[in-house]
Amino acid sequence: MPGRRSIVASEPLIFELASSGRPGVRPPLAQFDDVDPASVLPEGQVRESLDLPEVSEIDVMRHFVRLSQRNHSIDTAIYPLGSCTMKYNPKINEVAARLPGLLEPHPYQPETSVQGLLALIHDLEAVLGEIAGFATVTTQPAAGSQGEMVGLLCIQAWLRSRGERRATVLVPDSAHGTNPATATMTGMRVEPLGTAPDGNIDLDELDAKLNDDVAALMLTLPTTLGLFEQRILEVTRRVHAAGGQVYGDGANMNAMLGRVRPGDLGIDVMHLNLHKTFTTPHGGGGPGAGALGVQAHLAPFLPGPQIVRRDSGYALEPAGPDSVGRVHAHLGNVGNLIRGYTYIRSLGREGMREVANDAVLNANYLRARLAPHFDIPYNRICMHEVVLAGTRQRRLGVRTTDIAKRLIDYGVHPPTVYFPLIVDEALMIEPTETESIESLDQFAEALISVADEAKTAPDLLHAAPSAAPVRRLDEVTANRSPDVNWTAAD
Amino acid sequence: MSYSPSTDADRARMLRTIGVNSTDDLFVDIPAAHRDPTLDLPEALPEVDVLRLVRGLADQNQIPEGVASFLGAGFYRHFVPALVDQQLLRSEWYTGYTPYQAEMTQGTLQSMYEFQSLVCRLTGMEVANASLYDGATALAEAVLMCRAITRRSGVVMAGTVHPAYREVAATYTQAVDVDIRTVDGWSRSDGGVAPDVEAVAAAIDDTTSCVVLQRPDFFGWVVDPTPVVEAAERHGAKIVYVVTDPISLGLLTPPGDLGADVVAGELRALVGPPAYGGPGAGMLATRKAFIRRLPGRIAGRTTDLDGQQGFVLTLQTREQHIRRERATSNITTNQALVALGAAISISALGPGGVRSLATRSLSAAHRCAAALKDVGATVFDAAPYFHEFILHAPRGGEATVDALAAHGVFGGYPLGRVAPALDDTLLVCATDLTTRADVEALTSAWQAIHRG
Ligand SMILES: Cc1ncc(COP(=O)(O)O)c(C=O)c1O
Repeated sequence: MPGRRSIVASEPLIFELASSGRPGVRPPLAQFDDVDPASVLPEGQVRESLDLPEVSEIDVMRHFVRLSQRNHSIDTAIYPLGSCTMKYNPKINEVAARLPGLLEPHPYQPETSVQGLLALIHDLEAVLGEIAGFATVTTQPAAGSQGEMVGLLCIQAWLRSRGERRATVLVPDSAHGTNPATATMTGMRVEPLGTAPDGNIDLDELDAKLNDDVAALMLTLPTTLGLFEQRILEVTRRVHAAGGQVYGDGANMNAMLGRVRPGDLGIDVMHLNLHKTFTTPHGGGGPGAGALGVQAHLAPFLPGPQIVRRDSGYALEPAGPDSVGRVHAHLGNVGNLIRGYTYIRSLGREGMREVANDAVLNANYLRARLAPHFDIPYNRICMHEVVLAGTRQRRLGVRTTDIAKRLIDYGVHPPTVYFPLIVDEALMIEPTETESIESLDQFAEALISVADEAKTAPDLLHAAPSAAPVRRLDEVTANRSPDVNWTAAD
Repeated sequence: MSYSPSTDADRARMLRTIGVNSTDDLFVDIPAAHRDPTLDLPEALPEVDVLRLVRGLADQNQIPEGVASFLGAGFYRHFVPALVDQQLLRSEWYTGYTPYQAEMTQGTLQSMYEFQSLVCRLTGMEVANASLYDGATALAEAVLMCRAITRRSGVVMAGTVHPAYREVAATYTQAVDVDIRTVDGWSRSDGGVAPDVEAVAAAIDDTTSCVVLQRPDFFGWVVDPTPVVEAAERHGAKIVYVVTDPISLGLLTPPGDLGADVVAGELRALVGPPAYGGPGAGMLATRKAFIRRLPGRIAGRTTDLDGQQGFVLTLQTREQHIRRERATSNITTNQALVALGAAISISALGPGGVRSLATRSLSAAHRCAAALKDVGATVFDAAPYFHEFILHAPRGGEATVDALAAHGVFGGYPLGRVAPALDDTLLVCATDLTTRADVEALTSAWQAIHRG
């Protein structure tokens, strides 16, 4: 076939591997005599056909193994997606989460029969509170975004309990998209807040926008520019003076472990992403696990049930009358709570600081190595990530997308691109503490080499990637006439 | 132990390149008074020791190997082929992330496309997203979708929808203009408990954005939804079906054939045991016309510059990273790995396997009910059910559960937790993994606690 590269032949769809009558995996032997469904179900309620592919076990196995090989992963090489903390996922976590005593229990078995699980989650919540400086933690949110929603709902409920209604959320222009999206989901109005040239919040603008309709400031710490907000105490003081609350986006907690507790800085409520900071795997997009820490005044509004320790043992305490309500059918992504707990106990007190130290050191090393080759709009000591701007390269007719796609030809996964929005042609690099200096050097050299090619051979960048299983894909047609469900006619 | 590979020599070299003297110099932006707190945390533990600790906690939990369990109520155990977990342990799947760079993540993108296509076939719908957090949040998002589509605020919620799902829908909609009206959808009499779809149908009016039914419902019943479908159509309301057990779709008429506009469900049972409730994966499927209202990731098939087939994240202008405060939802990280497991599981079982697990489950439940009747128990089975039924527990549901547990049997879910009128009932579930020995354990425990 013309144009088809032979290195990695394309993999057929599972539907194309099917053959009528081909047996799949055998179901268990019948334990009981069959009951004819038609004899017990109402007419019209038994389905006539079930159009699923019939594929043999070995073909299913090979299909998904071959698909997996068309992926990049942390266990293959550095995965420097800014804001995502793609660090090594310790294998002991997977062993722990699969222990039958943790994997098999049913949510509705008696509490006395799941004391170990309840103890684990209870201890995890206490430890997270200690690490981040919050009075109470819930691990019910399934991811960071859901933590944000619970946090904003708690703030609303707290305001209501004081007879106040406030509907505005201040969101810095550097914030992750989930912050404004969450504000809308909770019925609030977003007011953007500018960033000063030094990368901090613009305090004058903050003052100008603080009023008695402001329920909260949503602040990412360290910011999405990879910078620690230098006037953090002043920011939280001013928001509180105006009667508002400070919501902390803790997706970047990795930089702070053992170095500072955000709860000590005036932050009232903050989510932590266990799938970033605490090594639960990202799973190709999820599942994650969010945890939400709150100061004591917000605790009555948290979702229930919460795990409490009584003389008789651990118990599930139903939500109180002020709770914002549950956000998960049971207690959240428990499997990931087990992984996060295993990691935290592996690290211990000493390990925490080591994580932050090496994460920040690695990011600053890359900043130093890349600074001669790229513009860095906010170039000061950074925390866990460094944000470059592809502006120098754009003047050569090369966009950040081209740089990213060319990196793929080097076998290097590109950083996060075009985020944060306030940096032109942004390349957001988060190496994490689990990369070695050799790995950092290889990454830096690939990026420097691409920056050189931008000057000497820009067409290589425009045409990239050429060494991946596919070349650039037509997203416009994909959007205009979406093909999201395979049908035989295709 | 931080899994950091750096040596002190590496660190010294990096510090020199940066031009600072010590790591402490990198943290000077943190207010000095709050820098370096003393954390009250335990010591670091090597692998063997941490595993010993966690195993100690695991061993305190009772599991079906030692107990005959008849618990369902939204969290089901079915046979899952061994290859599913072998796949999910592949680093290339579980240590990747959202496929932001399509050319480097074609495997994940194609698997998402296959997942969406399989969900459509199971549910009889036209489009599906790549997963949400769980079945309960899928319902919440479905309700928000219908509000956006119809610009109406009323929701008619059947009381036969899983109570935790209803709670989550209430949480998600509390701050926006949505008014959920819950209609029991069941009635209690001396003779038992019976469905009442007519009551749900009667609650639908011209302000109704959507009506929500579960199939099989929380009480295990499979009812003919026609009255609700007709009323919804008459009033221009959307119809949302909740499916808490995906295996049921192997046997039951799919929601797509019953007027569904949106299907919200939970897929955990295809991938593994209940895992104390999570991680599962929420599925959300709808009609083509509403694709731009779907929340979350969607993979699409397209071609590359050479015309070769390839896959991308598509319709991203619905999502928070592009649309920010105007996004359809704030969801970002989803439950991709569990969704992948569901796709692999369905592929490995095939249509015969999925159907057979469904039929076995139905048979096990009906045989179990018969065995209970044989020992003098009363089963409220006037209404047709799939793999869960209501057992009369004259001593009270909670007390009966406790008494059965003392005999090594998790006898079911006390329905009094849903409504006081059901205090004297248990919801009992059996599936393809229920054995004859389990049923014998239940019937003899039942006899033992009702003797004398
Ligand atoms: C800064 C920041 N905030 C919030 C989120 C949302 O977290 P999640 O994806 O777990 O919902 C992310 C990551 O996606 C993030 O990087």
